Amino acid sequence: MKRFTRLFMELDRTTRTNEKVAALRRYFAEAPAADAAWALAVLTGRRIRRAVPGARLREWVAERSGYPLWLVEECYDTVGDLAETLALLLPDPDTGAEPPSLHTIMDEWLAPLPGAEDSEKRRVVERAWGCMDESERLVFHKLLTGGFRVGVGRKLVTRALAQEVGMEPAILAHRLTGRWAPTPETYRRLISPDAEMRDAGRPYPFFLAHPLSDGPEALDGGPEAWMVEWKWDGIRAQLIHRDGEQLLWSRGEEVITPAFPEIGEAAGALPSGTVLDGELLAWESTGPLRFAELQRRLGRKRPGPKIRREVPARFLAYDLLEAEGEDLRRLPQEARRRLLEALFEELGVREPDDGPIPVGWAGGLPLGLSPLVEAAGWEALAELRASARELGVEGFMLKHRQAEYGVGRPRGSWWKWKVEPLTLDVVLLYAQKGHGRRASLYTDYTFGVWDGEELVPIGKAYSGLTDREIRRVDTWIRRNITERFGPVRAVEPELVFELAFDQVRPSTRHKSGLALRFPRMVRQRTDKPVDEADTLESARRLLAERP
Amino acid sequence: MVIRTDAGLYVPEADVYVDPLRPVHRAVVTHGHADHARRGSDHYLAASSGVGILRKRLGDEAPIEGIPFGERRTLGRAVLSLHPAGHILGSAQVRIEVGGEVWVVTGDYKRTPDASAETFEPLRCHTLISECTFGLPIYRWPEPDGVFGEIERWWVENAAEGRTTLLCGYSLGKAQRLLAGLLPFVQGGGAPGTILVHGAVDELLPAYRAEGIAFPPTERVSVETAREHRGTALVVAPPSAAGTAWVRKLGPVSVGFASGWMRIRGRRRRRSGDRGFVLSDHVDWDGLMATIDESGAERVGLTHGQTGTALRYLTEERGLDTFAIATREGDT
Repeated sequence: MKRFTRLFMELDRTTRTNEKVAALRRYFAEAPAADAAWALAVLTGRRIRRAVPGARLREWVAERSGYPLWLVEECYDTVGDLAETLALLLPDPDTGAEPPSLHTIMDEWLAPLPGAEDSEKRRVVERAWGCMDESERLVFHKLLTGGFRVGVGRKLVTRALAQEVGMEPAILAHRLTGRWAPTPETYRRLISPDAEMRDAGRPYPFFLAHPLSDGPEALDGGPEAWMVEWKWDGIRAQLIHRDGEQLLWSRGEEVITPAFPEIGEAAGALPSGTVLDGELLAWESTGPLRFAELQRRLGRKRPGPKIRREVPARFLAYDLLEAEGEDLRRLPQEARRRLLEALFEELGVREPDDGPIPVGWAGGLPLGLSPLVEAAGWEALAELRASARELGVEGFMLKHRQAEYGVGRPRGSWWKWKVEPLTLDVVLLYAQKGHGRRASLYTDYTFGVWDGEELVPIGKAYSGLTDREIRRVDTWIRRNITERFGPVRAVEPELVFELAFDQVRPSTRHKSGLALRFPRMVRQRTDKPVDEADTLESARRLLAERP
Repeated sequence: MVIRTDAGLYVPEADVYVDPLRPVHRAVVTHGHADHARRGSDHYLAASSGVGILRKRLGDEAPIEGIPFGERRTLGRAVLSLHPAGHILGSAQVRIEVGGEVWVVTGDYKRTPDASAETFEPLRCHTLISECTFGLPIYRWPEPDGVFGEIERWWVENAAEGRTTLLCGYSLGKAQRLLAGLLPFVQGGGAPGTILVHGAVDELLPAYRAEGIAFPPTERVSVETAREHRGTALVVAPPSAAGTAWVRKLGPVSVGFASGWMRIRGRRRRRSGDRGFVLSDHVDWDGLMATIDESGAERVGLTHGQTGTALRYLTEERGLDTFAIATREGDT
């Protein structure tokens, strides 16, 4: 625990990538495999189940420190990070005991907690407090509450470990994809230069695209060099058939086959040793259902016949990553596309259906070939993009014809060109302090639109402003607070912001009856008086046309 | 006995203002920071050891009268005396006694050790008006010795990697505390390089030396000294200097900030320096509680910072009679 805490503090206090890599390398060089396995899991974003609710921890800290609960809450409001607040409030440990190793804490202290009685949970937490200093407690609280973020991405951790053990980062990244148990044995196999990770079900790391903020005109090679695909609004997924096992992996690297059994069954029709990259969609006759429908399916471990009938799932393939057990990712994009099309020929692909975007389906299967977009040049593509919203897609994917299927999100060969966002001019109603780096600034805003004489909340946003703008708005907020509800501050309805979002949907949870998807601030409309902000009526007009 | 007016805290019995916000006839000034010492009053009373600093701020001609700590001065119906606050050199608490009733205005103060300032003196009183810049229990200061150890290790590491060390703290008070605190390290031969000081810091050193405060040898930062000591020097500068073009002449730097706000990780990260050192010249939560306890006061007024929270705590948990005092424009 001491070593891992030191790593945490080193990563936390530097913004220099090479220092972070050096700290990680030092850790992995020194740590025993059992600890390194857990550190790797935690730092690469493994979600740990929250063993103790935050409210309970606040109560325990209040009792232990002798402060009233409301004071603990106020401190939390200022610090913005629960794990840190609690560490700052606890009295110094009274024993000279040393904390155990990271793996002991994870395997023996925390693992049994989720099902345990409250008294047992408290005993473990008190025991930890008794042997840890302030920084160790901070790290412990982060592990305990399941929220572990420390300014290093998965990619950086992978790179550092790969450097340390002298292997290709791409190979390590692949081995780290999907499920692996944080045990010393697994760790040794992960970093072994020659060990074959015999886990037939493992997906490839998803290759991701950067958003294209301006038009595609500036892209290298002109339109001929690029392949254009529709960007469907579903769940990016890999469908695998290897050695009789059929698995569907979401981009979040979770197996979702049980929620979509029809897709898993369909994968059985693929030759063994096949991996498809594609999009999972809820599909009705000739087009996709809205994303919320798909989410209904995602939440169910074993979908019954009713929901399967209401929300039929389909998988649209974009790319072929593996055929006959061979990794094809180094082949050029267009070669992989040809192989993908050939595979669908073999599966007996039918004539495209007559949907707004015609899709050819493999005979009798919920597997389709996502069609390429045919447009004569960038201008024609831009025109087509304007209609993307009605077609039920998010925009386009632009893939260089020579692109490999890479790892992570390097710039240059894959771009996503999304539909222009929708916008509304909205009024700032409530503000709340942010978390982490922005913990002492009001950065989380709730906005409203006019409904007659009244402003009704329509959505929240916390991104889009520069640090300078945030500080300015923060200063304004502090001077214009009208009411307090816990950490939330109501402010004078005076500031107008242009809010961009991808979609408006009906919602039963919001008073306005609407919910915005992916809202973000474009700018403050200092030129616009508050009574000229948009109305609920104008927001309703933007409701998604899609079924 | 002490009332709040538009010009700041006023003691009618003595016809004197404490740290007035605008020019008045007679002012008692607790210390030389700009939000406490303002130009233009007819007469200033301050602790003798702080007069040199005040002159740098208020001008050589300012009508400042210094009195030794503890000396009782009768003003009208009141007896007034100044007592060490430990905030910076010559910083004072103001004790006012009228007919057996005692009020104390702490001014800014701290209770942790500081080689460049007098040691805080706890005072008994009936009514205490204390600063409350860090009025939450999350603010608990570590031992300064340990913090200096961190600073020293950081300097050595930077020098080993050829990076200049830029340590930022207020030019009056914090900077001198840092310098004086580094003296044993320098004398012990541990320093990997020379200490350079920003002009705003350097200017104030004579006023300290005149009061017998010892500093390690320093040189003022200039293009030449920066070049000469690049990669090994420790540069002490005000926070406003970080992030300006001025830093470029130091070559590759590691930037650290010394402040109580560095106690919070989010603040530390947002400061976008490389390191944050928890070193404050204000009282922390435990110190505030100790001061209140030791004063024996029945009434406690708080000023600066998150007073609401601390006041509620003192009222509900300690059963004290409390009040908030706005002493700065914008304070509520």
